[in-house]
Amino acid sequence: MEAEYPVLLDTFLADSEERVRLLAGALQVKDAQLLRLTAHSFKGSCSNMGALSLADLCKQLEDQSERQSFDSAAVLVEQINREFAIVRILMKSERQRFRG
Amino acid sequence: MSERLSVLIAEDNAADRLLLSAIVTREGHRALTAADGQEALELFCRERPQLVLMDALMPVMDGFEAARLIKLAAGETLVPIIFLTSLTENDALVHCLEVGDDFLAKPYNRVILGAKIRAMDRLRRLQQTVLEQRDLIAKHNEHLVAEQRVAKAVFDKVAHSGCLNAPNIRYLQSPYALFNGDLMLAAYKPSGGMHVLLGDFTGHGLPAAIGAMPLAEVFYGMTTKGYGLADILREVNAKLKRILPVGVFCCATLINLSFHRRVVEVWNGGLPDGYLLRGGSNERIPLVSRHLPLGVLEPAVFDEKYEVYPLLEGDRLLLLSDGLLETRNHAGELFGEQRLLDLMAANEQRGQLFDEVQQALSAFRGETQDDVSLIELSLIEEARSSPLTFSNDGNDTPLDWSACFEFRAETLKHMNPLPYLLQLLLEVQGLRSQVGALYTVLVELYSNALEHGVLRLDSSLKRDVQGFAQYYGERRERLARLEEGFVRFHLELRPEHGGGRLIMRVEDSGGGFDLAAARACEQAAEQLHGRGLKLVSQLAEKSDWENDGRGVSVEFSWSAQA
Repeated sequence: MEAEYPVLLDTFLADSEERVRLLAGALQVKDAQLLRLTAHSFKGSCSNMGALSLADLCKQLEDQSERQSFDSAAVLVEQINREFAIVRILMKSERQRFRG
Repeated sequence: MSERLSVLIAEDNAADRLLLSAIVTREGHRALTAADGQEALELFCRERPQLVLMDALMPVMDGFEAARLIKLAAGETLVPIIFLTSLTENDALVHCLEVGDDFLAKPYNRVILGAKIRAMDRLRRLQQTVLEQRDLIAKHNEHLVAEQRVAKAVFDKVAHSGCLNAPNIRYLQSPYALFNGDLMLAAYKPSGGMHVLLGDFTGHGLPAAIGAMPLAEVFYGMTTKGYGLADILREVNAKLKRILPVGVFCCATLINLSFHRRVVEVWNGGLPDGYLLRGGSNERIPLVSRHLPLGVLEPAVFDEKYEVYPLLEGDRLLLLSDGLLETRNHAGELFGEQRLLDLMAANEQRGQLFDEVQQALSAFRGETQDDVSLIELSLIEEARSSPLTFSNDGNDTPLDWSACFEFRAETLKHMNPLPYLLQLLLEVQGLRSQVGALYTVLVELYSNALEHGVLRLDSSLKRDVQGFAQYYGERRERLARLEEGFVRFHLELRPEHGGGRLIMRVEDSGGGFDLAAARACEQAAEQLHGRGLKLVSQLAEKSDWENDGRGVSVEFSWSAQA
C-alpha cells in the first residue's frame, strides 16, 4: 500500500474538505437528513484514517441531527471544523515526507 | 489455492474506496469501484464480479437496494455481498445479514477483510459446486428416465405379445411393475392351453427390469414352439444364471393350464404361496414354493419338478407377488397373509374373490396399489389358440415325404420330443391353420403312448384327487427308472387334390390296452382325467385305433389354397 499512501492522504483531505463544506451548507438550510448522512459517511472515513476524535465528533453530530437539534449541531459542526483544521495540518506534514 | 476474484467495491467515500481497493488488490484480487448503488448495479451487470463490498448508506441508490437488485441479477449464482458499515445498531446489522451475506464494521481491518473475502469465496464455491452437481444429477435423472421409457416401450412390445387379456385371466399390476421387478406373462400353447408366469426380480429400477427381457423371450418362444414346463424352466434358469450378476434372480411361479386334459402344472420358486381354489367346495390348495428362485442354481442341480393337480370347472388359481402381502396401511401395518386367508375363507362366490381381494386391498391401503401384482386364472371350455407367427412363408416346402422317429428310454426320460415334431410339421403351410388341433392330438397320443404304453400306468387311478396325485407320482418314478421302451411316430405326407394329407401313426413298446375298457372308464371319470381319446377323435379328421391298443393312426388333410 506504500505507493498509494500519499494518494490516499490526498484523497482523504480533498474528500473531507468537501464534506466539511457539505456540513456547513446542510446546517444553513437546516437539512437534518443531509446533515446526518454526511456526518455518518465522514465518521466512517475518519475512523479508517485513524482520526478518532474527528470520528467521535461526527458520531455526535449524526445523533444530534437525528434528533433535529440544530443548536447542538451548530456547535458540533464548529468543533468539527476546528478538529479537521488540526487533522489537515498533521496530514499535510505527513504528506510532505513522500514528496519528491 | 484461491483464484483471483473480481471484487466490486461500492463506496461513496473516495478515501474509503481507495483504501478498500488497495486492500483488495493486495489480497491478490481485481478491484472494481463504484461511488453509489446505481453505479454498482450497472458495473455488476457489465463485469459480473464474484464478490461485492457494499457500503450500506450511499446517495442515489443505497446499499441495501443495490444489494437486493444485484442478488436478483445474479440469479442462482451466489455472489456474496459484504456490507461495509459504521452502523452499530443490532437492527441495522441484522438487516445487513438478511440482504447480504456478511458485514464489516468501520474502521476496516485489513486482516479481517482478507479473511472474510476468503470465507465468502469458500461459500461461493460451495454453492457453485452444489449447483453443478444439481444440474448433473438432473441431467443424469433425465437420461435415466429417458432410458427407462425406451426400455419400457421395448419391453411392453415383448411382454404384451402374450394373452394376459384372455377371458380366463384377471390381473392387477402397476404400470411401473417392470421397474419394481414384477413380471406377468401369459401365452397360449399350440395345443390351446396356456402358460402363465408371475415373476419378481430382486431389486428395483433398471437392474430389476433387465432380466425380464430374456425371460420373456424364452417364455414366449418356447411356449409357442410347444415346449413343456420343465424345458422352459430349465432354459430360463440356465439363461438367467448365465447372464444375471450374483444376487440378482427371479422368484417365479410358472403355471401350465391344460384345458383339454384338465390339469394344471405348478412350479413355484420363491414366491409367496399361490392358491388353487376349488369351485365346488371350499377346499383350498396352497401352491407352495418348493424351489430356489430362477437364476440361482447351476443347470446341473436345478430341479424343474412341478406339481400336477386336476382342474375342474369353476376352479380358480390365485397367484401373487410379495408386494401384496407387504402392502402397508397408514399406520404402517402389513396387509399380511392372514388377511388374504381370511378373505378366501369368507369368500362365497369364487367369481367374486378377485374383486373382494382388490377391494380389501384398496380399503386397507386407501390409495392405488402400486407394488401389487395379482393374477387369477380360471378354466375355460373354449380355449382359443393364438395365431402363430412364422419367419418364412413356407410356400415351397416339399409335400411328398415320410419319416419315422423312434424315441427310446433315455430320450423319453430327459426330453420332450413334441416341439421338434411340431416344428417339422409346421414347415408344411397347409397344416399351420390346424396347429392347435394337430398339437393337441400330438400331446394326447404321446402321453397316452408314454403313460399307458411304455410306463403302464393305470388311468383308472385318476378317478379321485388323491389317486390323481398318486398317478403323477408314479409317472415320475417309473420314468426315472425306465430302462427300455420306445414311442414311434410314423409321419407320412402326401399331395392330394392340390392340397395334401398327413397320416400319422403312433405306436409304443407297451402291451397295448383294452380299448373298449379304456373308453368306458374314460366316460365314467371324465371329470378328473380329461377326455383324451374322445378329444383325438373329435380333432383329427380320421382316427383309427388298432385292436391290440398298441398303435393309433390319425389323419389331417387340407385343400388347395388361393
